Amino acid sequence: MEPYRKFSSRMIPLPQENVDTDQIIPARFLKTTEKTGLGKVLFCDWRFDESGNPKPDFALNRPEMAGASILLAGHNFGCGSSREHAPWALTDFGFRALISTTFADIFRNNSLKNGLLPIVVEKAVHAKLFQMVKEDPGVEVTVDLESQALLLPGGESVPFPIDPYSKKCLLQGLDDLGYLLSFSAKIAEHEKNAL
Amino acid sequence: MKPKTLFEKVWESHVVVSEPDSPVVLYIDLHLIHEVTSPQAFQGLRNRRLGVHAPHRVVATMDHIVPTGNQSGPPTDPLAARLVKELEKNCAEYGISLYGIGHSNNGIVHIIGPELGLTQPGKTIVCGDSHTSTHGAFGALAFGIGTSEVEQVLATQCLLQRRPGTFRVHVDGRLAAGVEAKDIILSLLARIGADGGTGSVFEYTGGGITSLNMDERMTVCNMSIEAGARAGMIAPDSVTFEYLAGRPFAPKGAEWDKAVSQWSQLRTDDGASYDREITIDAAKLEPMITYGTSPGMGLPISGSIPDPDREPDSSKKQALSKALSYMDLRPGQPILGQKIDVVFIGSCTNGRMSDLRAAARVLKGRKVNPNVRALVVPGSRAIKNAAQVEGLDRIFIEAGAEWREPGCSMCIAMNGDELTPGQYCVSTSNRNFEGRQGKGGRTFLAGAMTAAASAIEGAVADVRKLL
Repeated sequence: MEPYRKFSSRMIPLPQENVDTDQIIPARFLKTTEKTGLGKVLFCDWRFDESGNPKPDFALNRPEMAGASILLAGHNFGCGSSREHAPWALTDFGFRALISTTFADIFRNNSLKNGLLPIVVEKAVHAKLFQMVKEDPGVEVTVDLESQALLLPGGESVPFPIDPYSKKCLLQGLDDLGYLLSFSAKIAEHEKNAL
Repeated sequence: MKPKTLFEKVWESHVVVSEPDSPVVLYIDLHLIHEVTSPQAFQGLRNRRLGVHAPHRVVATMDHIVPTGNQSGPPTDPLAARLVKELEKNCAEYGISLYGIGHSNNGIVHIIGPELGLTQPGKTIVCGDSHTSTHGAFGALAFGIGTSEVEQVLATQCLLQRRPGTFRVHVDGRLAAGVEAKDIILSLLARIGADGGTGSVFEYTGGGITSLNMDERMTVCNMSIEAGARAGMIAPDSVTFEYLAGRPFAPKGAEWDKAVSQWSQLRTDDGASYDREITIDAAKLEPMITYGTSPGMGLPISGSIPDPDREPDSSKKQALSKALSYMDLRPGQPILGQKIDVVFIGSCTNGRMSDLRAAARVLKGRKVNPNVRALVVPGSRAIKNAAQVEGLDRIFIEAGAEWREPGCSMCIAMNGDELTPGQYCVSTSNRNFEGRQGKGGRTFLAGAMTAAASAIEGAVADVRKLL
């Protein structure tokens, strides 16, 4: 995985709460053996009409949002199915960070394993960010994982939590499997004693 | 010694490594896999030239993309056939037991695990499927994982986990006639919402739970994930042991006696505390049904569609308006009498023998409304056979319902069984998300008896009038 670097981006607003992974990527697109190329069906049924044309009022389709890599999402984003195709589709589309008040557990885990940073902010900050985008869709924020802060225009710095292990993995581009494999002796010992 | 909860006992006995500032390395006893969330994990192993650490702890089935019309050959959908081939190839290469389409052990992953006795108290169980919480009904710690984690468990039989909180759901009282286990969980979801359990493991306790059979307990644990909970657990008791005795993979002879004595320790100690608690009175429940696009949008069957204008929270108000617009329902409208097009009885939530028996009791000697297509889909090959021995198939067919082959069917629109845009369905499955049962389809989640009664009426119905 690429090490996670500081970046600035506009935010695509998607205020609905409880956006489930069936909306992020409908089940009919899970019939694949690949992890790649799923960005084109991200939010498929919200993004495209019956004939496959982009719906102009859906946030991801707005011209002023093109190229943005932060999704400003509603409460409890990513609930439902455990499909990792959801973060695969989001990263393939170009997202690198998600901001919400809470994320569903499995989705959050899956995102962290794919270089997609779920940023949890307080309700008041969340509302303020939506207001900022409403007033100026071109507004940019900076994601600084190293200092665990979201930097807003005007200099305000909003801290966000992340566990030290996930932070280290993202910053160094490490993945879990290498870490787990380093414990093979302990795993063998557990298998001998406990089983 | 500090009193411990059931969760803590199972968790602590599986911790392999616990280091500061890092998640715990947790040992996994049983890894269930299926065709949709595993191909990329096996590819990952190949890319790293890794093997499967403990193939005897991995069991594979096919369920999500399996057609439930004809199972005499591979799926005709080329994408589905590719997934079938891929799983066959991976299981053969790595020495994993596979119960493919047509195999006598085939069925929905969360149905065959318990049925075969693979699911046992005190085990840690994972699967690349969020409804793995089902297995918690046996006092196992069972949860859904992503495909990267499937790869990790294949390679090491371990997972990195952050310790979740504990949340006791205490259910007092007994269900009245016509009220089902599904109504307990739908009622919990209506109270705490789709994120009410995030970060927690539920433990269901109380007479309202211990009076349930194993099929019913599985229905409750199955939908723990719909509240965002990591898992749902029930302490094993004599009902659990009786269910498991004699199952193909359950311990036998002296091993059985030893296992039962160990399993009997798997209960929350007196004086142990939970991070959160909630109490439900089962005796006061009516049949429940959902009306919206989140499983937490549910109401008693005699209730009416809520009014977004009366919702004080702006985000919830917006969600409710959007849901009612998708569902094409009016605020204040009673849910009873809402016309429907399809009834689906099946899935890992309600596709077991108890569910089929309950539906058959309602349908016996009655007819499915001519405007309704009713699908009855057994959760496994074994359930299909057992139901036919009991003659349940005749009851369904004579009532005018379709008696289909086992699989996930209309719970997830990826195997050919799906709604067409605008159709309304009373479904015994677990998710009413937009498009979950087919693009544009509208889902009312309910128990098997409510579904059967609605099939007869051609509209959302109160089964208690038919008893």
